[in-house]
Amino acid sequence: MKLITAVIKPFRVDDVREALAEVGVQGITLTEVKGFGRQKGHTELYRGAEYVVDFLPKIKLEIAVADDQLDSVVEAITSAAKTGQIGDGKIFVSNLEQVIRIRTGERGQDAL
Amino acid sequence: MLTSVASRLGAIFILTGLFPATAFAEDTLNGADTAWILTSTALVLLMTLPGLALFYGGLVRSRNVLSVLMQCFSIACMISILWMAYGYSIAFSDGSPYYGDLSKAFFAGMTEDSLSGTIPESVFAMFQMTFAIITPALIVGGFAERMRFSGMLWFSALWFTFVYAPITHWVWGGGWLGEMGLLDFAGGTVVHITAGVGALVAAVVLGKRTGFPEKPMPPHNLTMTVTGAAMLWVGWFGFNAGSALAANGDAGMAMLVTHISAAAGSLAWMAMEWIRFGKPSVLGIVTGMVAGLGTITPASGFVGPAGALVIGLSAGVTCFIATQVIKRVLKIDDSLDVFPVHGVGGILGTMLAGVFACDQLGIFSGQGYAEGVTMGAQLKVQAIGVIATLTYTAVATYLILKVVGWISALRASEEEENRGLDLSEHDERGYDL
Repeated sequence: MKLITAVIKPFRVDDVREALAEVGVQGITLTEVKGFGRQKGHTELYRGAEYVVDFLPKIKLEIAVADDQLDSVVEAITSAAKTGQIGDGKIFVSNLEQVIRIRTGERGQDAL
Repeated sequence: MLTSVASRLGAIFILTGLFPATAFAEDTLNGADTAWILTSTALVLLMTLPGLALFYGGLVRSRNVLSVLMQCFSIACMISILWMAYGYSIAFSDGSPYYGDLSKAFFAGMTEDSLSGTIPESVFAMFQMTFAIITPALIVGGFAERMRFSGMLWFSALWFTFVYAPITHWVWGGGWLGEMGLLDFAGGTVVHITAGVGALVAAVVLGKRTGFPEKPMPPHNLTMTVTGAAMLWVGWFGFNAGSALAANGDAGMAMLVTHISAAAGSLAWMAMEWIRFGKPSVLGIVTGMVAGLGTITPASGFVGPAGALVIGLSAGVTCFIATQVIKRVLKIDDSLDVFPVHGVGGILGTMLAGVFACDQLGIFSGQGYAEGVTMGAQLKVQAIGVIATLTYTAVATYLILKVVGWISALRASEEEENRGLDLSEHDERGYDL
């Protein structure tokens, strides 16, 4: 099993959600986060006072999938979140040791 | 009694620029006038609660939003009581040319039949009360995000007593500036210069907010700020058109020129930002609106629409430049830019009232000077009014802050400031999201 953590632009969320549903993803955890990568921040001006905002709003998605789903899920996120502009975000993939469904106590792939 | 009526008429004469011939209705209540001033009073209170409170509340960081709302609200309550206790009497009883006496303390002698001109004295006193409320509330913007609540209350009470009340007497209460013929229709000197200078001196005496100017201190909710600003615009009709103290052509013209100046000030500031920084901002357009409104205030009963257009445009440009100079060049932390907007606007408007009141300027003409007064002579009086108000307010504010610093702490500690005044002064949070 794999845990996919994707950090994407907030306005792509709906498209990514639909794309993930199409490839059979059953559950997503979403967090509003802030961060920066190569896009860096942006500047804001209030009555002429310039502020550099380092951290930009992003959306972090966490999705647990079976090994054989990995490629299609990564592909779905990549194509739906991509604008081609700097700041589209990143996808991190890590090994997932265990999954437990709290209601039933099921473990492993059955709990996904 | 006769002398107090005479002095009241004097005040009305100055306020409206009316000729004595129109003062014949001295003993008759006019229902239309009364209705309009009742309405205006509600409008001016709306400027402070909630207008100014929201305008300022949105401009501070989220950890200080309640402190600003609380300051505006508590000032409104405290000044109301002090106005009844002695403020009205100091401002509008005879006394000397510099300070009224206490003959009207606790509104002594005021009954439902007492008249002030053509309106009940209760309505006049209440209308003026709302001006007394908003002036110290404006100063909140100068020391926002760092002043102790107790120090703020002491300061506001003493400042009201020794700055606002006497200067109101000088200009509108039969005092020396009014006698000299100063044109200040609705409070360029009385309200805006005093508040602007008071805020500047308070900002300097209290010192910068921790981290200013290196650390970003952006407004936390501009939606709130724009909401408050829009209420200020509407409320200002009561402020300026109400200062005619009658439902007549002066009031109508004051409302018209007020609106024109607000619109012109907004556009001028927006244009300045667009040219200078490449983008027109929401905060910029509403700040220009306040500049346009503050600047037309002293002139609103004396100038015409085209004069108001010039006043509004020059307000937007001048106050924009002043804001950059105070904050970016001089690095004075007048947190919410009270001096560059209200102080500079008040000075500019008081001087321009002396120009555009002239009835010899073609399309830019106003209502004309008093008989035998030239533009030069009027401008000299305006300059004396500006300099006297500015100097007295600066010195008195400084002394008051020193005294308050001795009775009570003026400034929150660095730790309290970092935690935010909402928690450190009030044990509350503005948002629990």
